Amino acid sequence: MIPELGHYALVLALFAAGVQAILGLLGAIRKDAYWILASGPAASTQFLFVAIAFLALTHAFVTSDFSVYTVAKYSHSAKPLLYKITGVWGNHEGSMLLWAFILAIYGQLLVSLGKKLPHKLRASVLGVQGCLSTGFLAFILFTSNPFLRLDPAPMNGQGLNPLLQDPGLAFHPPFLYLGYVGFSVAFAFAIAGLIEGDIGAAWARRLRPWVLAAWSFLTLGIGLGSWWAYYELGWGGFWFWDPVENASLLPWLAGTALLHSIGVVEKREALKSWTVLLAILAFSLSLIGTFLVRSGVLVSVHSFATDPARGVFILGLLAVAIGGALALYAARAQTLKAAPAFNPVSREGGLLLNNVLLVTASASVFLGTLYPLLLESVSEDKVSVGPPFFNATALPLLLPLVFAMAIGPFLPWKKADLFPVFQRLWLAGLASLAVAAGAFAFHTGKSPLALLGIGLAAWLLAGNGVLLAERLKLFRTPLGASLGRLRTLPGSFFGMLVAHSGIAVLVAGITGATLWQSEEIRALNPGDSVALAGYDIRFAGATRVAGPNYLADRGDFRVHRGDRLFATLTPERRYYPVEKRWTTEAAIHTTWMADLYAVLGEQAEAGGPWAVRLYHNPLAPWIWIGTLLIALGGGLSLTDRRVRGKGPKGPTDQKPQIGKA
Amino acid sequence: MRTALIALLLFAMTPALAVEPDEILADPALEARAREIGKGLRCLVCQNQSIDDSDADLARDLRLLIRERLQAGDSDDAALAFVVDRYGDYVLLRPPLKPTTYALWLGPLVLFGIALFAVAFYLRRKKQSLETPRTLSEDEERRIQEILRRHP
Amino acid sequence: MRMKFLVPLLLFAGLVAVFLAGLGRDPSIVPSPLLGKPAPEFALPPLEAGMAGFKKEDLLGGATLVNFFASWCVPCKAEHPLLMQIKKEGRVRVAGIAYRDKPEAALKWLKQDGNPYDRIGNDPLGRTAIDWGVYGVPESYLVDREGRIRWKHVGVLMPDNWQKDFLPRIESLEK
Repeated sequence: MIPELGHYALVLALFAAGVQAILGLLGAIRKDAYWILASGPAASTQFLFVAIAFLALTHAFVTSDFSVYTVAKYSHSAKPLLYKITGVWGNHEGSMLLWAFILAIYGQLLVSLGKKLPHKLRASVLGVQGCLSTGFLAFILFTSNPFLRLDPAPMNGQGLNPLLQDPGLAFHPPFLYLGYVGFSVAFAFAIAGLIEGDIGAAWARRLRPWVLAAWSFLTLGIGLGSWWAYYELGWGGFWFWDPVENASLLPWLAGTALLHSIGVVEKREALKSWTVLLAILAFSLSLIGTFLVRSGVLVSVHSFATDPARGVFILGLLAVAIGGALALYAARAQTLKAAPAFNPVSREGGLLLNNVLLVTASASVFLGTLYPLLLESVSEDKVSVGPPFFNATALPLLLPLVFAMAIGPFLPWKKADLFPVFQRLWLAGLASLAVAAGAFAFHTGKSPLALLGIGLAAWLLAGNGVLLAERLKLFRTPLGASLGRLRTLPGSFFGMLVAHSGIAVLVAGITGATLWQSEEIRALNPGDSVALAGYDIRFAGATRVAGPNYLADRGDFRVHRGDRLFATLTPERRYYPVEKRWTTEAAIHTTWMADLYAVLGEQAEAGGPWAVRLYHNPLAPWIWIGTLLIALGGGLSLTDRRVRGKGPKGPTDQKPQIGKA
Repeated sequence: MRTALIALLLFAMTPALAVEPDEILADPALEARAREIGKGLRCLVCQNQSIDDSDADLARDLRLLIRERLQAGDSDDAALAFVVDRYGDYVLLRPPLKPTTYALWLGPLVLFGIALFAVAFYLRRKKQSLETPRTLSEDEERRIQEILRRHP
Repeated sequence: MRMKFLVPLLLFAGLVAVFLAGLGRDPSIVPSPLLGKPAPEFALPPLEAGMAGFKKEDLLGGATLVNFFASWCVPCKAEHPLLMQIKKEGRVRVAGIAYRDKPEAALKWLKQDGNPYDRIGNDPLGRTAIDWGVYGVPESYLVDREGRIRWKHVGVLMPDNWQKDFLPRIESLEK
């Protein structure tokens, strides 16, 4: 009964979405006050119905209702409750419903939190959201219905991939989608702005919090996925330039560029048409990513089971949404007024450089990801584009950006002098060289690229320190006064500081974990010892253990530093009988400075030695800490008082007058 | 077709550990070369892994093959060529530079160049605008007078 | 309308065309560099004593369908009836190479379901398969009477593939 309820709710949601689209968009275009005001309740209605549908599906999973096809195919009664719930989105149909649910949530948030938005703008934005929802709900109902029934219902489900029964991976999709779908708000703002011809400081100020929220969530989503890969896949790798990883990175890069160019529009009313294009681009990349995962055009670790019919439908959605937006852009972009001038060396110039590097990097990643497909459609040749290409093209673009990030915040608007800025950053330069020298001493003979990486990270971190010190007038006024200034600093400044510092930490982490890694691959008998990175690791043997839905061999490794017991590592090799799958669970000992990582393989023959892999990953934890800091920075920026509407007002801050359309 | 390969994957995936202890060569220099070569070869039955990282049977076979070739005295290029001769350029994770991949390798450079040009033009316009003082046009002058008249 | 604002839309249109073209294709198929080239050198022992093995010279003198299979390979069972049919029709010789299989298991399967092969080579380590550029089973090759590889099919051989890809080539080889 409940699945049917969910199904009906979806149909009703589709209608509500259609009404929302019409009331919102046409209402704004026709300047019809009644329609404009009614678009809000329409959005809330759609939200309500999609929520009911989502809860109904969750209920089916939690109660293991195997008469529902999705539950039977992707769940099992033996699965722990947490994974029954997260299994709702661990498959194509369920994840599409999650997409639609989050889209509806954002619509509702626009209604609840967007009360200070001008009504016409909000109506347009809701209208565009309504169009997108209509498309997605139609896609779900016609090609990917999660509520299809099986008759007769099987006794039990076909389980879930054991790789997905994992906290990191289970929560990665919701955060990712909160990011992807969040950019739809930017997309809607862009379209609304193009329709009205009113893109300026006020528009940018209103859009910024939504982009910040989406971007922060996306950062967390990508981080979670990467972290999962690190501890689950068994060799300490965390980024493979896999097509679907790239599909999540592309909106993030575009979103970062957008975040910065919005600032220029807000403060200086410049780069308007470029920002509008970026807003369209960020969400377009989210949509294209969705297409790539589900259509079967690319091979990837993440591909859901694919179906060409679905691929065609999504492509149609893409064509209409993105094509429509870009057509509108082509038609209306020139109505955006030209901007005041600025000197190339200025904060505007710096942010422009930021955009150039980020967008070119995105374009390179995009090119590399799609090149096999492009080539195949015009010739018989087939090539594969792997990590070597991406490392060779994206890194030379992103590393200079890290260097420039330390300088940018020091530049004033309109016109700046670079030399004084470098003088003020002498301390950062010194720190950078000192750290690089230290790294060289510590890791002699290893990668020179690592010195560059760690040097840049130190430069950025120290540069942020100098920035903060200057703002607080540290050492120039009494400490109390400096701390007082701390409290008056705007949220967006803290946000920037924390996020940029996060990038520095991330760069350091990536440098250490990839370029300074130590590895030992051995066949060990109980009692054998291995020396790794100054530690002495003794294999004490392996025992058989049982988990809720698996059997495992658990290895016991004692790690000594000198004669002190530093850590015990217990990696497992698990067998899941329902899925007939083996997985390895690495044992990781994390300290602030490094990870010790152990993986247990198989015995060549019973009673023989065990295949073992041991790693020392310096600075690996900094990758996750850095990512968290970046997302935290985004969140801190949201506390800025401008977000709460206490900033300058724009010309369209008018309430609609009913009766005077 | 796809199901065939997925079924194949399930059979090919023994619970192995990517590079296994018994594959490691006694000579560390040769082993290091073998690892590097392995990192550049795609595992064809996996989804986006190198043979160095993969635990598929075919990956192991190729890893052993590379080590044999190196022990027989092949250079890195010769060992790679051995695999490429049989599987084509697709097996290389680093796409080779050839006429059909010029667009790929030169693309980022060209894009960066275009971006720099576009920005340079834009900045020059902005700078000129900054340096030339703007005076009101006749039309704008008239409108200012009109506004001042209406709102004294 | 300023031309530069049209560029994103045009680029996107091109992208959609590429995606559309890509939807019909299977991205996991690897094209073989051996097409048109002579088959690699190989000399494989039989599955059991008394049977004929399979070596390169056996390819000369007539067109051959070389099929890589294994008893543990489920999709191979799917193409088995077609292989039996092809053997019955007799237009080409059918040879099999057992890939990473236990001889007893392979023989047991063939005894059970029927043996479509004129000759079978045993490739327990998969080395010969690597020389042929095989990356999974089943895979089938059409080899001409001079021992040159003319066509490769990856995956289950369906009647559709036989009709459209193999038969026309076999006909042109017979001329």
